[in-house]
Amino acid sequence: MSHKRVDAGAGPGPLLELRDIDVRFGRHQVLRQMDLTVPRGQTLAIIGESGCGKTVLLKTMIGLVKPSGGQVLFDGLNLAEMDERQLTHQRIRFGFVFQQAALFDSMTVAQNVAFPLRQHTHKGDEEIREIVVSRLAEVGLPASVVDKKPAELSGGMRKRVGLARALALNPEVVLYDEPTTGLDPIMSDVINELILRTRKQNPVTSIVVTHDMNTARKVADRVVMLFPLSRLGPDDAQAIFDGSPEELDSADDRRVTQFVHGEAGERLMEMSERSSGGVS
Amino acid sequence: MVTGSDTPVPGDLSRPWHPATALFAWIEDLGELVMARFAALGDVTLFAMRTLRWTFARLPSKGTLLPSFYQIGVLSLPVVALTGTFIGMVLAEQSYAQFRFFHLETRLGGVINVSLLRELGPVLAATMLAGRVGSAMAAELGTMRVTEQIDALASMGANPVHYLVVPRFLGCLLLIPTLTVMADFMGVAGGAFYSILRLGIDSHHYISNSQQVVGIFDLFSGVLKSLFFGAAISLVSCHRGFHCDPGAEGVGRAATSAFVYSFVLILVLDLFLGIVLNTIYYYLWPQGASLFV
Repeated sequence: MSHKRVDAGAGPGPLLELRDIDVRFGRHQVLRQMDLTVPRGQTLAIIGESGCGKTVLLKTMIGLVKPSGGQVLFDGLNLAEMDERQLTHQRIRFGFVFQQAALFDSMTVAQNVAFPLRQHTHKGDEEIREIVVSRLAEVGLPASVVDKKPAELSGGMRKRVGLARALALNPEVVLYDEPTTGLDPIMSDVINELILRTRKQNPVTSIVVTHDMNTARKVADRVVMLFPLSRLGPDDAQAIFDGSPEELDSADDRRVTQFVHGEAGERLMEMSERSSGGVS
Repeated sequence: MVTGSDTPVPGDLSRPWHPATALFAWIEDLGELVMARFAALGDVTLFAMRTLRWTFARLPSKGTLLPSFYQIGVLSLPVVALTGTFIGMVLAEQSYAQFRFFHLETRLGGVINVSLLRELGPVLAATMLAGRVGSAMAAELGTMRVTEQIDALASMGANPVHYLVVPRFLGCLLLIPTLTVMADFMGVAGGAFYSILRLGIDSHHYISNSQQVVGIFDLFSGVLKSLFFGAAISLVSCHRGFHCDPGAEGVGRAATSAFVYSFVLILVLDLFLGIVLNTIYYYLWPQGASLFV
């Protein structure tokens, strides 16, 4: 399949680049003039409070959300200009781990993990079964779960099946949407370890959307923090921090340090102003 | 007071209210509503075009087609057969008194069978399909939307319209004619059974009068209509599911609206297709068939 490359393409350039991205749903703007470059092999954590547009940004990267303006360059190809067929072709190069795993209810665990293999390869049943079992083993799940339905699994197991499914086609980029949300601390750490192990075993680029600072500190090479547009001025940048996890604590911006340390700060005052009817 | 608009409203004592401003605000709201309705219509049309494009581009696999066909066709048969039987008997019971008044009881078969084949069979089968299958499709796809399963499909390089909508569209389109024929058959049988055994109409005259009045065009027009009904039910229901609002309330609303919109569309299509098919009928057979020949 051919599609016009905007830059030089595969090679030393960044794998993923967002240029001047705007996303709005009706009158509601979620992302404004976002610029972000993700080099090959990097693990980037995108942090920020709920509703700041982290998940929308992640979905824009894979073409699940079409931007209202700007370019999404993946390996030099502009995803924002592609039609459905071209997008489908490029999406095979991504793996997406959804917040609630998004496993297909009507299918068994094995059928879920085998889904991308059946869609895009011509492998036989036996070979697919072997890959499924080995993918599940990689995420620490025994072969005995293959015939279970997602409803029979715990939250942590579902997340791990979701990760096994995302890795089934050996993607170049893995996108994680809140991988540890709703899990206990032990299972959260298991997921963090799996993200690290995935990166060690395969040379993947990872983008992790999270508001779990443990995850951000443990897995990321780089952290970007987004801020909700509703609380920014018209000329303020939406990405209020871009640096290494170590630099988070020494950030000058109070909004960053408050988020990192989990302090409500002036948010409590804003909320009480709103509840007393100060907003019109 | 928290308001989303700068327009003064009656009752807001802090701001002056003027009839002209209120009128403009009302016109503005009305305009927004009309625009939203047109946008929704355009959205359904685009959705239908995408479905048709994927239907002709590549047939879905047997693994996705067969469960849809089973759900839509096989599992709907009992309820369609049952309602068909009863509507035939109800028609006989309600028409009998009127026909007996004119001593035309033996003509009852004609009116029952024409009504069933042309109108009630296809409309009834479509209504049952919209209620049983349309709502379920909207709820299932709505849940998949809310739980990000549709996004998951797309992220794995499977087109959601091709994978989820096309099998349901083909199932409704191809199986509703058989459901219609089943409703027709059971209605005709139920009407005949009730008229002959319960109302005591002579079977020879009942059957011969039915044969005189009912033609192949009646069956054809009903089956042809059902194709449009099947397409409308599947497209509307899948569209509702795909555009479901978040949460349990959103899924419930998608299921309800799928049935309501499908039912309204069935009746509107029935009228317009009835006009077109009657025009064709009287063009082909200017004398027409009558109950009183």
